[in-house]
Amino acid sequence: MGVVEERVDAGRRLINMFLGTSLGAMVISIFYPVVKYLIPPKLAEPTTFNVTLPWKVGEVKANSGRIFRFGSRPGLLVKTPGGELRAFSAICTHLDCTVQYREDKQEIYCACHNGKYDLAGKNVSGPPPRPLEPLEVKLRGDQIVVMKG
Amino acid sequence: MSEMKANRIVSWLEERVDLGAAKHLIQEKVVPVHHHTIWYYFGGMTLFLFATQVVTGIMLTLYYRPGAEEAYESVQFIMTEVQFGWLIRSIHSWSANLMVGTMMIHLFSVYLTQAYRKPRELTWITGMALFGVVLTFGFSGYLLPWNVLSLFATKVGTNVAGQVPLVGHALVRFLRGGEDVTGATLSRFYGLHIAILPAVTTLILGFHLFMVQQQGMSSPPDVEKAAAKHPMKTMPFFPNFLLRDLFGWFAAVGVLAALAAIYPWELGKKADPFAPAPAGIRPEWYFMYMFQTLKYIPAKVGPIDGEVLGVLAFGVGGLFLLLVPFLDKKSARGEASPLFRWIGVGIIVYMVVFTALGYLAPGGK
Amino acid sequence: MKIALRVAVFGIVVGAAGMCHAPSAWAVNACIDCHKNLKEENLRLPAVKINDDYHVVRGLKCQDCHGGDPEAADKKEKSHSKDKGFRGKPKRLDIPAFCGRCHSDPSYMRKFNPSIRTDQVKEYYTSGHGKRLREGDQKVAVCISCHDVHAIRAIKDQAAWTYPVKVAETCGHCHADPKYMKERKIPTDQLKKYKVSYHYEVLTKKGDLSAPTCNSCHGNHGATPPGVDSVENVCSHCHAATAELFDKSAHKEAFSDLGQPACVTCHGNHDVMKPTDDLLAGGKGTPCETCHEEGSAELKKAVEVRALIGGLSRGIEEADAILTRAEEAGMEVGLPKFELIEAKDNLIKARAESHTLKAKKIKVLTDPGVVIAQKTVKKGHQLMAELQFRRKGLAASLLVIGAVLVGLFLKIREVDRRGRS
Repeated sequence: MGVVEERVDAGRRLINMFLGTSLGAMVISIFYPVVKYLIPPKLAEPTTFNVTLPWKVGEVKANSGRIFRFGSRPGLLVKTPGGELRAFSAICTHLDCTVQYREDKQEIYCACHNGKYDLAGKNVSGPPPRPLEPLEVKLRGDQIVVMKG
Repeated sequence: MSEMKANRIVSWLEERVDLGAAKHLIQEKVVPVHHHTIWYYFGGMTLFLFATQVVTGIMLTLYYRPGAEEAYESVQFIMTEVQFGWLIRSIHSWSANLMVGTMMIHLFSVYLTQAYRKPRELTWITGMALFGVVLTFGFSGYLLPWNVLSLFATKVGTNVAGQVPLVGHALVRFLRGGEDVTGATLSRFYGLHIAILPAVTTLILGFHLFMVQQQGMSSPPDVEKAAAKHPMKTMPFFPNFLLRDLFGWFAAVGVLAALAAIYPWELGKKADPFAPAPAGIRPEWYFMYMFQTLKYIPAKVGPIDGEVLGVLAFGVGGLFLLLVPFLDKKSARGEASPLFRWIGVGIIVYMVVFTALGYLAPGGK
Repeated sequence: MKIALRVAVFGIVVGAAGMCHAPSAWAVNACIDCHKNLKEENLRLPAVKINDDYHVVRGLKCQDCHGGDPEAADKKEKSHSKDKGFRGKPKRLDIPAFCGRCHSDPSYMRKFNPSIRTDQVKEYYTSGHGKRLREGDQKVAVCISCHDVHAIRAIKDQAAWTYPVKVAETCGHCHADPKYMKERKIPTDQLKKYKVSYHYEVLTKKGDLSAPTCNSCHGNHGATPPGVDSVENVCSHCHAATAELFDKSAHKEAFSDLGQPACVTCHGNHDVMKPTDDLLAGGKGTPCETCHEEGSAELKKAVEVRALIGGLSRGIEEADAILTRAEEAGMEVGLPKFELIEAKDNLIKARAESHTLKAKKIKVLTDPGVVIAQKTVKKGHQLMAELQFRRKGLAASLLVIGAVLVGLFLKIREVDRRGRS
């Protein structure tokens, strides 16, 4: 082999090494996010469609209500005096305040402008123009699951 | 050293598989070199972006949930909780747009260099079919995040399908899975997007690529004529052209990464089928010229509905493009065909102008 | 045979009944035909306006209010005959009775609307307007002053003078006219004040028809300003929760002893604005200094309350600001935004609770709110940090890709050269 050819060979090897290394780095920088993506995140699934409430059926007293998080909105869980579980969106249909349950009056009440709903979510007094949006309540053993109606 | 290893692997394979076609590709395939060679890269670029779509799309199916109740939330989940989910999703959305762009460049460069002429008519026809398939990919995929813009874009788009005479209404019901755009539409579009269209693409694309390998690259008529006098300059496909292809592909990866990091794809607001249409709905840019054209056609042209006329006109235009290898007799004879070239330029100008108008025209919703 | 006969008779009876019907609306109506051609505007206008009247929609006509004979065309003595019950135009003092002839008769009104009230005239005579009318003052409002005449529209009709959005202008027609109200001892700036109020904004700009206007606090037929002791009762009709809280405070007894109206003392009446947190501080320019001395223990309490609420409000503002920044930079902020809603709810409750003047109770609300706001700010910072991480990651990967491109370029050059030689 001549000197020129040796130089050319060395040049070739250098280019090949450079190309090889940078290609390798690129492959890693593509595989790294792909592999991380495939590993399931801590929060296993979006908690919006199906929300399991943190209280057991037995814990909820009759004639009581509590607020829970339903996706991006507050929800209201009500156990009627008769023992039936119901759930509604807790957003008042008047000006979007959060409603609450009143045991003494056995009604759903919005403190902002004295709006009142009955236990079926129907607007019965005050400024709210529409009933509360109802949500579906299902029981899974003694767990309460709330879904979009 | 590595050469010897490579040779050993090749001979092991040759005892079992006929590597003739692959060997031909590597050792003998050449690509013509002339002032229009640059357009040769766009077919491969479209293919590379399609491969990106397949990979990122498959990854998205691991977390995406079809169905009106969960689709939006699952995309939100991918964007916020899944590691690098934002990257995969944004690349998928951006790459879709880039792919349609490179595909259009590929289509028009093939058209203007008359590469559709005999003997490549079938390659052209399958290519046009792929164009339609890719636009359908884009249209169906656009609905999947189930946000306000995509719901209304789908409503408007499927409404246009209803303008086709006779079968319009049946077509709309078939597309929407019902009278309106609902969760049923979402299910249908999802099946279309991840199963039906990929299967169809595999078949048509496979044939398209097979034909390209069989027949080699076409050169414009004037280059071919000159080649009769002195032999055409060429470069070997492997490794020269392929390395250049790779250069373009990796540059595209960089562009996609930058777009995903600096201009992440929006999530928008969850679709509400009962809310009225927001101001400013419009289709993606690759449908904009049609959308804008329909706006300019008066409500009634004589006895015919304006929109029906528009849809028919697009149909005729598409049909013209599809059949151009058979209509352009001059190119079939190997001659330059300035008339058809000018028609092509006209079509390009029309599409560019009307796309621009769609974004710039006042009163453009 | 018997059956067939019965069916035939039944059919004839039904057919005859079907053919009998009240003569169509203005088929022969001398009132309209004559009056619409009269030259005097005050006699011609009613015949034109009447087409917009709700009474006409319900099937009533001129003679149902004014009496007379609508079929006696061209004969004024006959159509205006007292024998036919012609009442003509009532005197102003008699208008309430004129309308009340039907509207105060439950058995008559039941035919048209079984649930309509029939005590308006009775109520009217308890009002400021009614009392003065009884004494002979004609320059007060009567039925037609607010409901128009001959083009009386239903309240739900958007063009009615009594449609909620238009009520203030209707009252203001007299009450905002200083010349007309010259002899009276009441101010005429109420309409002007009301128009800058938050209630007016909610009613007209936000379209919430339940927002209060003149009649919501003053009554309509029984219109009278609420007295000092009943002001709170009026506001508490909608702002019940706040009134309940106020009743727990020391102010309730104090105000009542001083003869000061609750609510209005601090919030104003006609020009009630959206209260700002500064109203709580008890500093200069607030109503607090009317009674409390600067530096007094009570004002110190006010400062404490102001600080609690101000702290939460600022925390929420900070959280909102950083989330907006993150969102504009392309990050997804839906979830932290939702979590902040609870803090915003707490702020609303705390501001209401301030009416009790009890700092401890307010703290119970502001403290968790502040915690949530701080958590959200942290999340916002995390998002911005994530953004930086992405940009840095991008820069690094672009460097790598750049290196690959350079390598390819060199390789291409080398391979081309080899091919040529």
